[in-house]
Amino acid sequence: MDQFTLNLIFVGATFALYIGIAIWARAGTTAEFYAAGQGVNPVLNGMATGADWMSAASFISMAGIIAFGGYETSAYLMGWTGGYVLLALLLAPYLRKFGKFTVPEFIGDRFYSGGARLLAVVCLIVISVTYVIGQMRGVGVTFGRFLEISTDQGLYIGAAIVFAYAVFGGMKGITYTQVAQYVVLIIAYTIPAIFISLQLTGAFLPQLGLIGTHTASGVEFLTKLDQVVTELGFKAYTGETANMLNMFLFTMSLMIGTAGLPHVIIRFFTVPKVSDARSSAGWALVFIALLYTVAPAVGSMARLNLTTTMWPGAEQGNALDGDAITRAEIDSNPDLSWIRTWEKTGLLVMEDKNGDGMIQYYNDKSEAMNVIAAERGWTGNEVTKIDNDIMVLANPEIAALPGWVIALVAAGALAAALSTAAGLLLAISSAISHDLIKGSINPNISEKGELLAARVSMGFAIVVATYLGLNPPGFAAQVVALAFGLAAATIFPVLMMGIFSKRINKEGAIAGMLVGLIFTAVYIFTYKGWFFIPGTNMLEDVAANYVFGISPLSIGAVGAVLNFASAYIVSNMTKEPPQHVQELVESIRIPRGAGVATGH
Amino acid sequence: MSDKSSSNAYWAANLRIIGISLVVWFVCSFGLGIILRPALEGISVGGADLGFWFAQNGSIYVFLVLIFVYAWRMNKLDREHGVEE
Repeated sequence: MDQFTLNLIFVGATFALYIGIAIWARAGTTAEFYAAGQGVNPVLNGMATGADWMSAASFISMAGIIAFGGYETSAYLMGWTGGYVLLALLLAPYLRKFGKFTVPEFIGDRFYSGGARLLAVVCLIVISVTYVIGQMRGVGVTFGRFLEISTDQGLYIGAAIVFAYAVFGGMKGITYTQVAQYVVLIIAYTIPAIFISLQLTGAFLPQLGLIGTHTASGVEFLTKLDQVVTELGFKAYTGETANMLNMFLFTMSLMIGTAGLPHVIIRFFTVPKVSDARSSAGWALVFIALLYTVAPAVGSMARLNLTTTMWPGAEQGNALDGDAITRAEIDSNPDLSWIRTWEKTGLLVMEDKNGDGMIQYYNDKSEAMNVIAAERGWTGNEVTKIDNDIMVLANPEIAALPGWVIALVAAGALAAALSTAAGLLLAISSAISHDLIKGSINPNISEKGELLAARVSMGFAIVVATYLGLNPPGFAAQVVALAFGLAAATIFPVLMMGIFSKRINKEGAIAGMLVGLIFTAVYIFTYKGWFFIPGTNMLEDVAANYVFGISPLSIGAVGAVLNFASAYIVSNMTKEPPQHVQELVESIRIPRGAGVATGH
Repeated sequence: MSDKSSSNAYWAANLRIIGISLVVWFVCSFGLGIILRPALEGISVGGADLGFWFAQNGSIYVFLVLIFVYAWRMNKLDREHGVEE
């Protein structure tokens, strides 16, 4: 059976499964639509949260970023998992006890202010729309690569599938579909990793392979990797970070940003009890950790495989003792057909600059390396482009794994992108139908009317997301910094203060959110351009220009500190919150009495 | 929430558990994984050093244990103060 047919079977079978679940789990009430009727088992909810959280970025991009960034990029690993500790300890149980459907609703009630709720809705929509663009692109690209159709056609198919189960199933349909998607994506991620770990280190668990021994050379795997990459002039994989403060703040921004993402927080509204919200965060992290502890092994092993492919001598000895791989071999060896496949996509580019028939891959930014290059007659690095994203997708091909593994990876990448897109779309549609329509425009809307409004807003959100996926603004990748920055600097601090302080009042919360929002946005726009319009940035986006070396990606943590500080100062200068709000805070701190959530 | 002083004691005990947990959270990630890494250079773990391992894998395992220990401690505390669901 050829690869295309295999891909079609795997992707088709998983899609049929998702649709089947959607038909089984239709939502009949608003409680089911927004919060799955609060009846989801905490372990299943953890699994669904894992699928919701792990996006196309986690599945496709993260290992590639780690492969080429090394130690420094551990910020992603710690940041995207450590946030769950904050969720479990500081937010999830209390927000579940509060027992409403949306994040802006809590902010509106706790700070007795329609303005604060509206501000939260705006932040939520900016964060979620930003995120959803990347997911829709991920769906399109994966379809395009594996089903040999255009990216745009792939996007339409993906949008139609999400439409089917999100609009009819709401949170209930999405949750049970995500459970299935989690199973698909985790199998797809770990099976190639296990094969590769066995090939390189003999260890079955990739987590042990990472700290194991490289079989071919007999030295420790990480030592081998460091030796091979530094020999070619690249930074050592385990090497120190250039700027510890920036790595610290970046990790912190990702952690508190994770804890402040509305589509993650609403997952904890779906469990039956407060104690379930606590353990559900733990289960979510179990399922996330299965992928995140494997990711550094996938990244580092892909890096070694790629490098030894280009320098066959590096497998056992030194790269530079032998010759680089020849163009003729790449074109004729069936094991290297993956190079040709990816060259066609333009994500991998090789160019024999000095015309010696070989492809020399090295760091031509390294001065020591350029001395060697001059002696040997090389005229620059001949692997001129390697896109981070190909590392996970090409991994099974690099390791020459069977065709069904490749098909499984395609289905897994689609599951990761679709599940996250659905979660984001639900967060957007509930903010529109519950916070805007029921909360301010038409408070007397009937249950049936609100359910219809929720479905219409979901459909509308999918159309907008599809449009933006087809015509991605040039700044799509950079906007992710803004999404995390905003979640960290606006939503997380007000939620936490709303629970842990009775003294923070309406004025304080609004001041805090505005300061966090404006500070973070202005810092990012200074380097990335005002509203990401190219050419309007006031300073060039390079490390030398950053204040204390803090990159725009890391600024959310600073924005959060400013949010906390201004909310505290303003609250203490104005009068304390009314009695009924202080009683509300008292009541969310005690688990007893957490009933079924209501929208009233 | 029948008794005001009991609910204050419950909240104070909760804050203490959260405080201890956050110290562990900070030390295993920001501490061992980032700030203290240069100081731990000598301790080797499979071809790299302890700080590197904590940054790439170890901190995640600690996070996991931390959440379940917290959930277990809080469920116990809920029962002791009679505020469980």
